[in-house]
Amino acid sequence: MDKHEYIINTVDLTKKFGSFVANDKLTFSVKKGEIFGFLGANGAGKTTAMKIMCGLSKPTSGHVNVAGYDIYTETEKIKKNIGYMSQKFSLYEDLTVYENIRFYGGIYGMSRKNIRQKAENLLTKMEIKKYRNNLIASLPLGWKQKLAFLIAIIHEPQIVFLDEPTGGVDPITRRQFWDLIYEASHNGITVFVTTHYMDEAEYCDRISIMVDGKIVALDSPENLINKYNSKNMDDVFVKLARNPSVKL
Amino acid sequence: MKRFIGFVRKEFYHIFRDPRTMVILFGIPIVQILLFGFVITNEIKDAKIAILDQSHDEITKEITNKLISSGYFILEQKLKSNNYIEDSFKKGNIKEVIVFESNFEQKLEREKKASIQILADASDPNTASMLTNYTSALIYQYLRELNGEFINNVQITPEVRMLYNPYLLGVYMFIPGIMAMILMLISALMTSISLVREKELGTMEVLLVSPLRPLQIVLGKVTPYFFLSFVNALSIVLLGKFVFGMPVTGSFVLLMIESMLFILLALSLGILISTVSDSQQSAMMISMFALLLPTILLSGFIYPIENMPAILQWIAYLMPPRWFIIIIKDIMLKGVGLLYVWKETLVIIFMIFLFIILSVKKFQVRLE
Repeated sequence: MDKHEYIINTVDLTKKFGSFVANDKLTFSVKKGEIFGFLGANGAGKTTAMKIMCGLSKPTSGHVNVAGYDIYTETEKIKKNIGYMSQKFSLYEDLTVYENIRFYGGIYGMSRKNIRQKAENLLTKMEIKKYRNNLIASLPLGWKQKLAFLIAIIHEPQIVFLDEPTGGVDPITRRQFWDLIYEASHNGITVFVTTHYMDEAEYCDRISIMVDGKIVALDSPENLINKYNSKNMDDVFVKLARNPSVKL
Repeated sequence: MKRFIGFVRKEFYHIFRDPRTMVILFGIPIVQILLFGFVITNEIKDAKIAILDQSHDEITKEITNKLISSGYFILEQKLKSNNYIEDSFKKGNIKEVIVFESNFEQKLEREKKASIQILADASDPNTASMLTNYTSALIYQYLRELNGEFINNVQITPEVRMLYNPYLLGVYMFIPGIMAMILMLISALMTSISLVREKELGTMEVLLVSPLRPLQIVLGKVTPYFFLSFVNALSIVLLGKFVFGMPVTGSFVLLMIESMLFILLALSLGILISTVSDSQQSAMMISMFALLLPTILLSGFIYPIENMPAILQWIAYLMPPRWFIIIIKDIMLKGVGLLYVWKETLVIIFMIFLFIILSVKKFQVRLE
């Protein structure tokens, strides 16, 4: 495949904390515009790897290239081209909807006009125009989460990293949330998402499964289900997590 | 720059929308200063005393009058005998009892010697020693006047002048102290809490992933507190001047510049605290215990450093407010210029750099 189709490339990405190896020689590539699921149990090393790709920490060794820039030397450029949403939704509760939009647009250096326009679109899309001057604290959880996502991509990044974005919300809201993710992906934004929920994993174009700091499987959900003779992703995950050596 | 302004604006929203923050920022300093000004005072005014006069002659009357007309004392009770002394103290409102021995005037004339007993309620030792000092001073003064009239001996009369604070007003001591305490506490406490809050909320990660540099983030968080603390410093000086009559004899500009330096110092300490604490609560605890108590006890604010054990004196050298208090006292009371306080100023600047370097080190370790 043409190299330019990949937007994230890692080769032997390794991160050690003292003698503990959090990421052990991760090698994978993420295609432009795809939804890439990053699965693993707690402590498997998902968040560590994600932090490295976002420029929050440096790997111990290995090559990492994000959006065409090198993680060691071009973090500043990477930061301009990515969006990030943490598990805590990261909106300011004591700011209004519009103030949050303006703030996050502002720190990405968007012009005032651009922010106003984007905010308009966003509020229309979410049908919350009349709540633009309400404090975030007064909104229901599901709205906050969708808003957090739309704000994370307000500066039209090439890649958006989502760290367990659907924790604690009901299945219907989760479904709606995934509609937003599909739309972003359709608009050409690459989505890199970590999750615990196996049904969500099936919404991804490709997924990688991490166990104890290593990637033990990487393919589309259908292929993985076939490969491991499983009924669904849940099954695949349990098989791999219990016995990582069942590698094909 | 535009990003930075947006960031600072957001920070002001946080501050102005949180009633608790507003109270801590503006309510507490004003309340503190008024409290310290009006409640805590180490001057003596209208202390209630009792007198047991076993002589009832001209001189004891004159001494009594002198004491009472001084304005320091109020004669609450005239006692009839020794037996009542204990009782009047136990009732609690009498702070001092003065006993004239019998035949006071005669003894004074014949033997050139007569005694007055001063009994003070030393359950509050400071007040007690102050009361007895005032009383004996007044009695000596009376005696000098008496001698002057009768005997024309050679006399040495020490003339005492209290420089820089002629009336020994407590405000002169506590305004600089309070100012140091409030700036230290508010600046360090509020910045550390607001930085740690971003960590707790998870927004810090988002900020760090954004193109904002860590330095911009920290500066953006700290800038509003710098301005608000400065407003505080200004209002303390003004309150001191117009409510309590604390003068600013030196340069006002220098005073404000030194205050800004001290605010910077407190802010950098707040940043350092935020790098070592993970919750708002722990940030608050560290700020309170690590800053409040040492500021009060070891900065020379209330207790003179010279009287402390050597070890504590050494520790007191490390207390940032100590240096600030020296500086502002010198500027406000002695009216000196930078020429006299440059050493202390350098210490403060050095401490600012030290805390910032430490914070950066800590911050980098966290990122690793």
